[in-house]
Amino acid sequence: MSVLVFTENWDGKFKKLSFELISYATKLAEMLNTKSIALSIGEVEKSELEKLGKYGAHKIISIINKNLDILDNQVYSQLIADIAQKEEVTVIVLANNNVGKALAPRLSVRLKAGLGAGVTKLPVNIDPFVVYKKVYSGNAFAEVRIKSEIKILTIAQNSFDLIETYNHAEIVNTEVFVADGQVKTQMLEVQKQTGKILLTDAEIVVSGGRGMKTPDNWGPLIEMASLLGAATACSRPVSDEGWRPHEEHTGQTGKIISPNLYFAIGISGATQHLAGVSSSKVIVAINTDKDAPIFEAANYGIVGDAIKVLPKLVDAIKELKGK
Amino acid sequence: MKILVCISNVPDTTTKVKFIDNSRTLDTVGVQWVINPWDELALTRALELKDDPANGIQQVAVAHVGLVSAEPTIRKALAIGADEAFRVNSYAKDAFFVAAQLSEVIKTNPFDIILCGIESSDYNGSSVGGMLSEFLGINSVSAVSSIKIENGKSLIHREIDGGKEILTIPSPYVAIVQKGIAKEPRIAAMRGIMMARTKPIKVSEPVDIDSLTEVIHFELPKPRTACKFVDPENPKQLIELLQNEAKII
Repeated sequence: MSVLVFTENWDGKFKKLSFELISYATKLAEMLNTKSIALSIGEVEKSELEKLGKYGAHKIISIINKNLDILDNQVYSQLIADIAQKEEVTVIVLANNNVGKALAPRLSVRLKAGLGAGVTKLPVNIDPFVVYKKVYSGNAFAEVRIKSEIKILTIAQNSFDLIETYNHAEIVNTEVFVADGQVKTQMLEVQKQTGKILLTDAEIVVSGGRGMKTPDNWGPLIEMASLLGAATACSRPVSDEGWRPHEEHTGQTGKIISPNLYFAIGISGATQHLAGVSSSKVIVAINTDKDAPIFEAANYGIVGDAIKVLPKLVDAIKELKGK
Repeated sequence: MKILVCISNVPDTTTKVKFIDNSRTLDTVGVQWVINPWDELALTRALELKDDPANGIQQVAVAHVGLVSAEPTIRKALAIGADEAFRVNSYAKDAFFVAAQLSEVIKTNPFDIILCGIESSDYNGSSVGGMLSEFLGINSVSAVSSIKIENGKSLIHREIDGGKEILTIPSPYVAIVQKGIAKEPRIAAMRGIMMARTKPIKVSEPVDIDSLTEVIHFELPKPRTACKFVDPENPKQLIELLQNEAKII
């Protein structure tokens, strides 16, 4: 028995997300009286792999194979399922992100293992196995019982704190064979921005809505974000109007984020917008309308014109950072 | 080529959800049912692809697992422009069950491209598309924000952290689609609504398969603590609260 964690690296480095998963899996393994195993695919240096041990992995399976450079869902899920069976895994933990969402459902069918998708905390019960997750886009939560022997969980980002355990993880370099013809997904081009804080990774997000009035007013918002080391975001009307790029749209049909701090500036807070940001730990709202629904979701609020308030806010942050 | 769009029937996204039966069941009184927003975008893209004869799409169909009460939603999909519909006559027990039923439909009615929305706005599981592809033993691409067809080949944009990959993948495949796949959902015109009345909904009975999960309890989110207001003339106070009270910057 063991708990297997699928980790992802970006150019050989793990993100905080992978450490959250290991921390989660290690706690879960304790509840199940077993140990956690991390799976790493791709070229990662030993010192980086050892970091997985710091958050509790007992064993790290490292696989390097050029045919795994591209994410082919069929090849990856077959590989992970094979490892899970060999290691007699009872729970597989993945992130509830693009890659986790691509693989977890396939693993569920392949292993006939019930899927708890987007869970936000440790299981509320082990026998029967019951997980807790957001449903109705954040308008409710549900306890879901997983009836199968093997379970698959995807963990909502930023919902579980890092726990340092310092296990002496054994690194096992494992050879796998993937036939050239097996990889059917063919990559033609990659377009990637670098040097920008990614919205889904950011701990602080500064987001603007229609209350920003015109696309030319974004200067102070961007300045505020850079002072705070934050990512910028926007509401749907703003991305639909083309004031800001589509990648910045947060909300039900856009990106769903859960930063520690979310600034909603000139955003009224329609249900669809809140669906994307309601898991933020602290929400600050600036809006002219004191009855705007965003203030019901917000922890802190300023009733005022975003255009007038923002420069003062930027000055206050500069003063803080200057200290 | 034929495209199938799998659709889910969900409460309108502005619904204030309530639960009955000891918080085990959604209270459907007064609920407006709609096509899951991502599935609606998927259907829109499928129809856009069919509109251009160069793409060689002969048919766009929709499939749904649900009881007869979902037929207005299926008719809406037909009114928007789908040519025919499949309905598996069963309560949707869980994602695994739904995907298994859809795979049975597709095994007897093969499609070249199968589109599923990235998640449904009720259970937010992001599960059915991936499960379906595994049941069918075919490939899948998730986080798809664009599909084009060039010389019979699919060109797919897959969103990754901070960018996108442009991929191609042989048919048949399942594409799990998200924002970007179509700009605005297509709206049914009067002609479409009239025509939908005579389009076929092919109903089949479910195969016997167990679900792997069940919801045992729903709860509403705890209300947030009341918003603390700060003087707009003095935003410095906000920064102090974030620093000293929330301890977050």
